[in-house]
Amino acid sequence: MGDWWSPTMMPDPSLDTKELSSISGISMSPSRQNLPHSLHSTMALPKTSYSVISAFCTEENISQCIVYINQEVCSLGLTGVSLESESGGLSAVPVLNLLYEVLQLQRRAQRALHELETQQLKSGSDLEHLQHSTYRLKDQLEHTRRENSGLHEGERQLQLKIKTLQNCLKSEKEEVQKLQSIISSRATQYNHDTKRKERECTKLKERLNQLLMDKRDKKLSIEISNHVGRSDGKRGLWKTGKMEARHEGEMYRALLSDYETRQRSLMMENSELKKVLQHMKEDMITILSPKKPCVKTEPADDSLEQAVSEGEEEAGDRSREGLEQSCEQAREQLTNSIRLQWRKLKSHMERLDSQASLVACQEREGDEVMSRKEREEEMQRMRLELQQCKEFIHMQQQLLQQQLSSPCDEETAALLNDCYTLEEKERLKEEWRLFNEQKRNFERERKNFTEAAIRLGHERKTFEEDRAAWLKTQFLNMTPFVDRKRPALSEPHSALSVDSRFSNSCISDKYCPPNKPHINGKIIYSAFR
Amino acid sequence: MNFSEVFKQSNQLCKVSPDGKYLATCVQYRLVVRDINSLQIVHLYTCLDQVMHMEWSSDSLFILCAMYKRGLVQVWSLEQPDWHCKIDEGSIGLVSSRWSPDGRHILNTTEFNLRVTVWSLCTKAVSYIKYPKACQKGVDFSADGRYMALAERRECKDYISVFVCDDWHLLRHFESETQDLAGLEWSPNSCVLAVWDSCLEYKILLYSLDGRLLSLYSAYEWSLGIKSVAWSPSSQFLAVGSYDEKVRILNHITWKKITEFEHPATIINTKAVVFKEVEKRPTCLVSDEITQLPAQVPVIKPDPDRANPKIGISTLAFSADNRFLATKNDNMPQSLWVWDMQRLSLLAVLEQTAPVRCFVWDPRRPRLALCTGNTKVYLWSPAGCVSVNVPVEGSFQVQSLFWHCSGSSLVLLSKEHVCLCYLNSCFGGPNISHKHITFMSL
Repeated sequence: MGDWWSPTMMPDPSLDTKELSSISGISMSPSRQNLPHSLHSTMALPKTSYSVISAFCTEENISQCIVYINQEVCSLGLTGVSLESESGGLSAVPVLNLLYEVLQLQRRAQRALHELETQQLKSGSDLEHLQHSTYRLKDQLEHTRRENSGLHEGERQLQLKIKTLQNCLKSEKEEVQKLQSIISSRATQYNHDTKRKERECTKLKERLNQLLMDKRDKKLSIEISNHVGRSDGKRGLWKTGKMEARHEGEMYRALLSDYETRQRSLMMENSELKKVLQHMKEDMITILSPKKPCVKTEPADDSLEQAVSEGEEEAGDRSREGLEQSCEQAREQLTNSIRLQWRKLKSHMERLDSQASLVACQEREGDEVMSRKEREEEMQRMRLELQQCKEFIHMQQQLLQQQLSSPCDEETAALLNDCYTLEEKERLKEEWRLFNEQKRNFERERKNFTEAAIRLGHERKTFEEDRAAWLKTQFLNMTPFVDRKRPALSEPHSALSVDSRFSNSCISDKYCPPNKPHINGKIIYSAFR
Repeated sequence: MNFSEVFKQSNQLCKVSPDGKYLATCVQYRLVVRDINSLQIVHLYTCLDQVMHMEWSSDSLFILCAMYKRGLVQVWSLEQPDWHCKIDEGSIGLVSSRWSPDGRHILNTTEFNLRVTVWSLCTKAVSYIKYPKACQKGVDFSADGRYMALAERRECKDYISVFVCDDWHLLRHFESETQDLAGLEWSPNSCVLAVWDSCLEYKILLYSLDGRLLSLYSAYEWSLGIKSVAWSPSSQFLAVGSYDEKVRILNHITWKKITEFEHPATIINTKAVVFKEVEKRPTCLVSDEITQLPAQVPVIKPDPDRANPKIGISTLAFSADNRFLATKNDNMPQSLWVWDMQRLSLLAVLEQTAPVRCFVWDPRRPRLALCTGNTKVYLWSPAGCVSVNVPVEGSFQVQSLFWHCSGSSLVLLSKEHVCLCYLNSCFGGPNISHKHITFMSL
């Protein structure tokens, strides 16, 4: 490329064509006002390029410009401009030629560009078209695939239908064949029978002919040397209405007897079956009874008790049942009770089964139930204990032996002795204490008793005195001496009230003591006040 | 077991008297009566023609010999050998002849089943019964001998007449609800009459003695129906064997099915015992052995184009104590099935090397005798199975057999001969000779 002038002077080679056009635009257009517009339209930076264009060739650098232009033109393959001018200026013809060539070049380039653009447009549209067609074809493909699968499905269903229809056809054919064989066998049978009948018919005809022609007609007859008696030895009887009635009667009797025997046997069978059912029921009740130890759960007990109670109340019915053998109700009752028992037995068995399985599960876990392992462990423990006890005893024995055999000093011996008898001593002390206490109690009581006895004696004495006095007053009361009575009476009441505390046979106000004082050998019954 | 001599017989006509004292055999046109113990000839009678049917009267005093070709019936007396009786049916012909239960009347069925003529030996009276039905079993006497049931067909409808055997008084006459009555049978207690339809319709009707319909049982429609019917001796059960290879047991109280016995080709029931007769070569010993279950039973497929195909339960027999039922399925002809009636399950299956021809229960004990047309007699009891070879020079092919009424001996019939086999009370007694026994205990 050409040399770079100073940025103000040198135009950008890329802007060549556009600049030139703009320059031409500049030189040709009369109005300068269009310039900035055209420049605006064609170029990004019109002002700068204008400045650049104006900077390229000036009065001073014409030759340089020419040289540069020649260089550029040569590079493009065009003839250069010669600087052959007299005044040092350019001759317009080569410049115009050059310009024309450049313009041609430019036009060619533009045409090429245009063509390329159109081509590009074309290819773009082709591409678009192809893309569209691809999409369309893809859609179509998708669509056809779906159709295909649908058709496959339809075909499969039809195949299935065909198969079922074929099966139906086969079965129908078989049935037809069977029917045909039946028809054919029946037809042969009919034919055979018809032939037989025909043969018989012809024989009959022949015989008839023969008979018609045969003059000598053999009569049927019996020749018997002598009559034979009847098998039962009785005479024959005439046929009368009574005979007929008798026959009828016999016939009905035979029928009735047969029915009766049948009914009897059925009833016997029935009663036997009923008995069996009863036994079964009883067995079931005994099986389900709560006395059995294997019953564990509560609800089972309840049901069993219920069952037992039911059984008991039905046992009462049993006697009644035996009487009404064919009674509908009894039968129903029996069957219902059997069914109930059976259901209970079944549920019981199920419960037992579940329990057994539960126990089996538990055994497997090794929780509550004593498994063999645990039993063994306990045995081990017991053995260990036993061992320990034995050792302890042995040790004790040893010590005892030691004690007895070994010589030890008096002090320790005394101490030891003391140790041995410590317990006994303690016990004895305790007992002594108790004994002493009891003794004290006894003493106290005895003292009390003696005091009481003394007091009693005293009181008795006073009582006797009082009594005597009272009697005296009484006696004297009968006499007109009334005044002395009262003071004498007041005392014995007080003495009496004190006495009552101590004696067993207490003297109450109204009660008369058993050892009544005998006054002069005579018992005097007198009312107290 | 002892075997007697071999005697001649023809037409498999050999019958023991009801009181068990005599054995009557027919040889061509002669009737030979022997004492059962000594087998000495006691009486010998000569008939006018080859005897087709021979029957003892119920009191063992008379023997009936019927000659169908000539339409004649001759009756012989044991008490008075020179007593004679001849019944001529004339031009009308004779198809079957039988005693009445009192032993004094003879019922002759004429040709084409035109009528049943009742001849009395006490009086010379003759009775006629019109329109009897020609079917598998159209006439049956009740066990006590008092009543006779007869199937009739008038105007394309089935009727049943009940007669009092005393004087042939018609007690009841009622229409039967069958399409085409095939058979009727009294119950052992004489109070119920079982009536069944032909194989085109599975229908069994139960009528009371007085003609009331007690019940109707039909197991299925359209396929071929009932093939055989048997009452249990106590009248408790009615076994119905049908073409679908099943036996259905009805009970006497409700007349409904209580169980059905199937006859599958593979037996998987673990409680059942399968006795298999096996041919062991080169010694040609044939023995019974118990096979392991599940066992396969040989099946022969019947021809589907033939009428009365060989399929289904054709023979049923209850044991005398009501505890066992023996059945034979026609498409397993070599096997005999024994069912326990107490447990209502299969008890044993006897598989033979040849189709079973005949099997009968002992009238006293639960013992079954069967034959397959070879020289052996097979005995089965709950204790086990025994096979006995009949020790006769030349071969004695046992075609049929029946028990003596006391259950102590068997009468074996081959094509031309008859032989008696005396059994001890215990199964397989000590006096055994010439036979191969494999005694199996369960």
